[in-house]
Amino acid sequence: MASKEKNKNMTLQQRNYQQLQQKHEIKRPIVKNCLKAFLVGGIICVIGQAVTYFYIYFFNFTEQSAGNPTVATMVFLSMIFTGIGVYDRIGQFGGAGSAVPVTGFGNAVISAAIEHRTEGFVLGVGGNMFKLAGSVILFGVFSAFVVALVKTLLVIWGVL
Amino acid sequence: MLAMFFWAFIIGGLICVIGQLLFDVAKLTPGHTLSLLVVVGAVLDGFGLYEPLTDFAGAGATIPITSFGNSLVHGALQDADKHGIIGVLTGMFQVTSSGISAAIIFGFIGALVFKPKG
Repeated sequence: MASKEKNKNMTLQQRNYQQLQQKHEIKRPIVKNCLKAFLVGGIICVIGQAVTYFYIYFFNFTEQSAGNPTVATMVFLSMIFTGIGVYDRIGQFGGAGSAVPVTGFGNAVISAAIEHRTEGFVLGVGGNMFKLAGSVILFGVFSAFVVALVKTLLVIWGVL
Repeated sequence: MLAMFFWAFIIGGLICVIGQLLFDVAKLTPGHTLSLLVVVGAVLDGFGLYEPLTDFAGAGATIPITSFGNSLVHGALQDADKHGIIGVLTGMFQVTSSGISAAIIFGFIGALVFKPKG
């Protein structure tokens, strides 16, 4: 929709250029990318499942509550792999497979923290840590707020 | 137990494929994609659909970012049960605390230990 709006305001030259650019744009290998994402994302979740069982058997968590320490452990692992520069490689191969799991969230926070370290710890690390991950937290919290509020009100009013 | 690993792989992989399709077909940036998935997770939990998926696929459902939205709603609803409408605010981060705390703490430790490359 936005692009149509833009098309109207363009001169003929610009439109021609856009057509030319579209013709030469490299087609993304969608199927191949999806397979890679499936493989990488699946493997990360299998590692997560192993960590979950570890917490269930050795620290007496239940299947329900083991998700929390698992997430923390995965973020810890993603710190190690981001720090030694391996997570970027995984990201290049796996695309969304490495971005969608919680390790990708950890990677976004941690890589921003490491990258801005030269600007100092307060303004650099502190100010930029959530540059990428901030939107996830914002929209997560806001949508959760709306969903929970609506559901609670419905319960109070006796609809549910 | 092996079945759980299998389903974690399949479901976790499929959620990542949805993310990849949002990248490639819908041409969204990673930031938009992740935000969208979090909102989807929150809405799914609002309808009570995420918990069955967690029971079924274990880490396949708890590791993808969708579970972040799910556990935010979960914490909010848990406290709303106890304290009424104010619980939506007080309970919001109750379940997700570990993920956010871990990201902040390990992020800072990472910045202390590792040097930027390139």
